[in-house]
Amino acid sequence: MARRGPVVLRAVVIAYLVLLVAWPVSLVFTGAFANGLAPVLDTFRDPLVLNALRLTAIAAGWAVVLNTVFGVGVALLLVRRTFPGRRLLAALVDLPLAVSPVVVGLAIALVYGARSGWLGVPLANVGLDIIYSTPGIVLATTFIALPLVIREIIPVLEEVGTEQEQAARSLGAGPWTTFRRITLPAIRWGLVYGVVLCLARAVGEFGAVKVVSGNLIGRTQTATLTVEELYMNFDREGAFAVAATLASVSIIAIAIVGLLRARTERRTS
Amino acid sequence: MSIEIRDVTKTFGSFTALDDVSVAIRPGSLTALLGPSGGGKSTLLRIIAGLETADSGVVTIDGADATRLPPQKRGVGFVFQHYAAFPHMSVARNVAFGLEIRKRPREEVRARVDELLRLVHLEQFGDRMPSQLSGGQRQRMALARALAVEPSVLLLDEPFGALDAKVRKELRDWLRRLHDEVHVTTVFVTHDQEEALEVADEIVVISQGRVEQTGSPDALYDRPANPFVMSFLGPVTQLGGRLVRPHDIEVLGIEVRDAVAGVVADIQRVGNEARVRVGVGGAPPVAVVLTRAELRALGARVGDTVWLRLAAGAATLPVDDAAVAPSGPTLPAVAGGEGGRALAGASSPRG
Ligand SMILES: Nc1ncnc2c1ncn2[C@@H]1O[C@H](COP(=O)(O)OP(=O)(O)OP(=O)(O)O)[C@@H](O)[C@H]1O
Ligand SMILES: [Mg+2]
Repeated sequence: MARRGPVVLRAVVIAYLVLLVAWPVSLVFTGAFANGLAPVLDTFRDPLVLNALRLTAIAAGWAVVLNTVFGVGVALLLVRRTFPGRRLLAALVDLPLAVSPVVVGLAIALVYGARSGWLGVPLANVGLDIIYSTPGIVLATTFIALPLVIREIIPVLEEVGTEQEQAARSLGAGPWTTFRRITLPAIRWGLVYGVVLCLARAVGEFGAVKVVSGNLIGRTQTATLTVEELYMNFDREGAFAVAATLASVSIIAIAIVGLLRARTERRTS
Repeated sequence: MSIEIRDVTKTFGSFTALDDVSVAIRPGSLTALLGPSGGGKSTLLRIIAGLETADSGVVTIDGADATRLPPQKRGVGFVFQHYAAFPHMSVARNVAFGLEIRKRPREEVRARVDELLRLVHLEQFGDRMPSQLSGGQRQRMALARALAVEPSVLLLDEPFGALDAKVRKELRDWLRRLHDEVHVTTVFVTHDQEEALEVADEIVVISQGRVEQTGSPDALYDRPANPFVMSFLGPVTQLGGRLVRPHDIEVLGIEVRDAVAGVVADIQRVGNEARVRVGVGGAPPVAVVLTRAELRALGARVGDTVWLRLAAGAATLPVDDAAVAPSGPTLPAVAGGEGGRALAGASSPRG
C-alpha cells in the first residue's frame, strides 16, 4: 500500500509529459519520414530552405553571443552592485518573457523602421537597414531570449556569495582574474543552462521575427517562418523535416548538458 | 608589519558601523578584535584588508598609506569565517592559488604548497576537494592558502566561529603555536572573551563602532577601563556600590572590619565551582564564586549569615548602569536583581 501513492504519481507525471511533449514531438519526426527519405532529402536540397536554416543559425548565434556576454554583465551588476534604479532594471529584464513576441516585433519595427523609426531613419541614411533585414532579425531574436541567461545566473551568483571572490582578491587576483578563475567556474552550470535555453528559444522564435523580417522568401525568411510557409502550401514532409531539424537542435543541446553534468558530478564526488 | 588605523569612520546608509576608530597594531603581534555582535569588528578587519573602504580616516600598513589600495596590492592574507574555499579546486590548488596568480615557477609552487600543507597538517589531503574535508580541516586549508603568498599581515574573521567547542580549542592553541613559529602580524576577530584572553598578546575591545579599550589581556582584565569592558571579559556583580568579579569577593564566617553582612540565599555547585548568592538588605543580591574546598571550609548553608569583603588587589569600578555592556553577558547580575540566576547564566557567557 505504501508504494501505491508514488506509483500513481509517477504514472500521472509520465502520462502528462508523454501526451503534452514526447508524443507530439515524436510525431514531427515520424511525419517528416512519412513518405520515406526522398522528400526529406529534397527539402534539404532546396536553396530557400538552406537559406532559411542559415539565417536562423546566424540569428540564434548572435542572440546567444550577445545574451551571454551582456547577460553575465547584467547579472553581475544586479547581484553584486547596489545603485539607484536597480529594481527597475531587474523588472525590465523580465519584460521580454512577459510581453508577446508580436508586440516585441512591432516595438522594434517602430524604433528601427527605415521610414519612420526614431533610430531607423538615421541608420537608413547611413545605409544600414535594420527592419526587413538580418540585423532586425538578430535584434528581435536577442530581445526575446534576453532574460534566459540572466535568470539562470542570478540565483547562482546569489547562492555563492562574495566571499570566494573576496578571498581571491586578497590573494592577489585582479578583477578579471577573479572573474575568470572564481566567478565563472562557480556559475558555469547556470551559464550553460542559460545558453542552451537561449539557443533553443532563439532557434524557435517565430512571432517577433515574422513582424521584423517581412518574411521575404529566400532573403529574410527564417526556419520557423519556412515551416509555416511549407505547411500552408501542403508540403507536409518539408514542413516536418525543417521542424524536426529545429527540434533536434534543442534536444541535442539538452542532451549534451545532461551528459556534461553527469560527468562532472561523477568527477567531483 | 605594523598596522595603523587613524580616525576611521564607516557608515552604511544612516547607520554608523565605525565611529572615529583609531588602533595601532604592533609588528609581529597577535591581536584580537573583541566585542559583541554587530559592534563593527568585521567591518574594521575588512577595511584593513581593503575589502571595504572607509568613509574617512587613514589605514597604514608597514608605514605606507594603504587607504586607497585595492585588496590585491595590500599584501594581506584574509581568512573568512566560513572558509571561502574554492570548491572547484583541489586542496593543493586552493593553497597554490595566490602563487599561481603571481606566476611563480611550477616547481617552486609545488614545494611551497607541500610545505604549507605540512604546516597545517593536511599533507595527505592535497588531492581532495574542499567538500571532502571537515570544517576544521577546511579552516586550516584556508589558513594555508592565506599564508602561501607570505602576507605581511594575516587577518582572520572569527576563524573558529563555525566549529564545535573541542575543535575550536585545538585550533586556537594551534594558531598560537603557528604564530610563534611564523611571526606574521596577525589580527583576529572574536566575540569569545576567553578565546581573546587566551590567545592574543593584545586585545582591542570594540562595541557600537567605538574602541572601548586596547591593551594586553592582563591589563584589560586587571584594569578594565569601564564597566562595559569589565562585564564583557567575564561575569561581574555588585558589592557596596562597586562592580566586582564574583571570585574577587571573600566570604567570611565571622564579622570583620569593612565587611558587608548578608544571608546566603542559595548555593549552586557546578564542577569544582560553588556559586553562592548572598542577599544584602536593600541592594541586589551579590553573586560570589568559591571553590568547593573554600565552601567546605566556610561551612555555610542557605540561611546562614556571612560577611563579604573585596579580596586584596581586586579590580573594581564604580557602578554606572548606563555604561555597562548593553548586550554584555552579565547585565542581569548587575542591574536585574536576580543575582543567582543571572550568575548561572553569566559564568559561561558565550557557551
Ligand atoms: N554591507 C553592509 N550593509 C549594511 N550594514 C552593514 C553592512 N556590513 C555591516 N553592516 C552593519 O554594520 C554593523 C557592524 O557590522 P560588523 O559585521 O562589523 O559587526 P561584527 O562586530 O563583525 O559582528 P559579528 O560578531 O556579529 O560578526 C552591523 O550592525 C551591521 O548590520
Ligand atoms: Mg563579524
